Amino acid sequence: MADVALPRAKPQMIEDSAWTRLKHNRNWLGFWFMVPAMAFLIFFLAYPLGLGIWLSFTDTRIGRVGQFVGTENYEWLWDDSIFWLSVFNTLLYTTVASAIKFAVGLYLALLLNENMPFKAMLRAMVLIPFIVPTVLSALAFWWIFDSQFSIISWSLKHLGLINQNINFLGDTTWARICVIFANIWRGVPFVAITLLAGLQTVSPSLYEAATLDGATRWQNFRFITYPLLTPIIAVVMTFSVLFTFTDFQLIWAMTRGGPVNATHLMATLSYQRAIIAGQLGEGAAISSAMIPFLLAAIMVSWFGLQRRKWQQGENND
Amino acid sequence: MQDFTRRTLLQGGTALAATGMLTGPALFDFAKAWAQSSPWKAEPGAKLTVMRWKRFVPAEDDAFNAMVAAFKTATGTEMNVFSESFEDVQPKASVAANTGSGLDLAWGLHTLPQLFPTKVLKMNDVADYLGKKYGGWTDAAAKTCKQGNDWLGIPVATNGGYMTYRKSALEKAGFKEFPKDFPGFLEMCKALKKNNTPAGFALGHASGDGNSWLHWVLWGHGAYTVDQNDKIVINSPETAKALEYCKALYDAFIPGTASWNDSSNNKAFLAGELYCTANGISIYVAAKTDASKKELAEDTYHALWPVGPVGKPTELQLALPILAFNFTKYPNAAKAFIAFMLEKENYEKWLDGAQGYLTQTLNAYESAPIWKADPKNEVFSQASKRTLPAAGIGTVGEKAATAIADFIVVDMFANYCTGTKDAKGSMAEAERQLKRIYR
Repeated sequence: MADVALPRAKPQMIEDSAWTRLKHNRNWLGFWFMVPAMAFLIFFLAYPLGLGIWLSFTDTRIGRVGQFVGTENYEWLWDDSIFWLSVFNTLLYTTVASAIKFAVGLYLALLLNENMPFKAMLRAMVLIPFIVPTVLSALAFWWIFDSQFSIISWSLKHLGLINQNINFLGDTTWARICVIFANIWRGVPFVAITLLAGLQTVSPSLYEAATLDGATRWQNFRFITYPLLTPIIAVVMTFSVLFTFTDFQLIWAMTRGGPVNATHLMATLSYQRAIIAGQLGEGAAISSAMIPFLLAAIMVSWFGLQRRKWQQGENND
Repeated sequence: MQDFTRRTLLQGGTALAATGMLTGPALFDFAKAWAQSSPWKAEPGAKLTVMRWKRFVPAEDDAFNAMVAAFKTATGTEMNVFSESFEDVQPKASVAANTGSGLDLAWGLHTLPQLFPTKVLKMNDVADYLGKKYGGWTDAAAKTCKQGNDWLGIPVATNGGYMTYRKSALEKAGFKEFPKDFPGFLEMCKALKKNNTPAGFALGHASGDGNSWLHWVLWGHGAYTVDQNDKIVINSPETAKALEYCKALYDAFIPGTASWNDSSNNKAFLAGELYCTANGISIYVAAKTDASKKELAEDTYHALWPVGPVGKPTELQLALPILAFNFTKYPNAAKAFIAFMLEKENYEKWLDGAQGYLTQTLNAYESAPIWKADPKNEVFSQASKRTLPAAGIGTVGEKAATAIADFIVVDMFANYCTGTKDAKGSMAEAERQLKRIYR
């Protein structure tokens, strides 16, 4: 049979619209799924930050819209001794409090990781400072360190150790020590409990092997515990530094930045200038000036973590 | 937010009735008659949202609530009143000013109406009506609320702060009466310390107590932050003298005043640790109402601030102006309410409820019964007359309010008194901070 060339209907090509292509393109589909998260990040995280930075370049006051003034707010801050005092106070507060919180928190974590009686109760007790609302604990410390009614002064006087009240919050050095102490009290549970969680992931077999090899307790800590705990330490200390650097409630409730601005942190000075005194632009500039410090703190821990590639099977850089 | 009903009024009236004041039906009758003849007729269906500072004396709140309820019944105006702490009133009023909604009336501190002059309802007619009817406004009250010839708000009252002292301690120190000048006051503080019955004034970030007494010391020496043209003049020989004087006082104070906030002196005085301080009448009221403090209340007296080398009173008392926003839908109701607040039938009862915590800004109320009800109240009746505006001799407005809120003067004195800075350094820092604000 001779082949008969049957006329074949030419397949009709349906041109997809751009919208249809967008709907079926896997890459675009991924994009659509990302949109809600992006919108959330933009509106709730990026926008306030951007607005704050924008405000810092204006002379906006509470009650009236401001004009763009370039870097004027920053120029005034550059020559402002109270601002620089607040920077010094913030760095001092953050460094001392974070270091002590780490030392005490690590010690408590190691202690609570051991087998001991009433361990569960002791772990719960460590959390107490963390569950008390910050303002409540600040008010308690305000009373404890009150110039006239301090329980510490009262006790020492009755023990015959001092003749007059210690001027805890009225003396610049004492006031700094007091607020740092209060911050440490409040921040230790976070460090201790998180490090304890990290410690519990370390395999006991490593310690057994090391002990069979004759390792001392210090060598166990130095060469097993510490290296394995480093990623947790990096994360904990990053958050601890961020929380301490941006602390507001403790200071505001205890001293309001006094005496003579000796405990003003950048956060409290920013609030005083922006909200109490109404100068939003200047307050925003002080807040924005915190960003480089906070970025530096994050970078340190980030790059610290990156250096621990051996944990993913690679060598240290 | 509080919605006022006849029940609210009757509840408040119970407290007022105890002091023999006009309450219940009589107050309603007055309110109705007033509403008939008032120059401002509330718009039909009017609804006012009012933000005020949080009351410190409960009886004052009762008197205020009773007045609000009577106004509501007489004019048919719905009244929603809520309170905020002193420091929160300004930011919240400002947000309302910015957004053009949320509040009809705001009652706050210092120069509140001056912060957003384009957003407030001009009160010239209300001020004129009340001023003519009640003997005119005190000078500082008018300056606080006026811009040019316009009234941006109405100065409802002044919260007066005066010397509060223990008479027995003063007598033991050899003083028959409270000193009237600066040298005498310093000698008294030294003598009190010697007897272990010290004086003490807040030198910390205490918005009311710290700012008021330190501005008194500054102005009493003829020193000011800015002059009449708002030129910064803080760095002056007069300021140096004020610093020296303040340091001498500080050395005679009870230790710890550099850390004091607004409640510290109340606490120390009522605990028997402190024998002289500057405060509103709240210390005395608290002692009077506490049965266990009867002896302390009897021994507690008040005195005017001593006069400095300038030879005239230089006090900074806390002004309490009210404003209405120009975006309110009910401007007549707002004006009517403000005028109603200050009518004699309401105002004197209200002063009575405040027990001396509030002082009139209209001259006619100098004879209000509260000032004679207890001789220890009397000095507070002069607060509005003796005070300077918050700006001192400078322009009243947002810059002056900022300087006070930013503790420029407090920090200058604290720097010197605590030895943190020398006199030159303290003045230079204050000058620099003022330049920042007045730029």
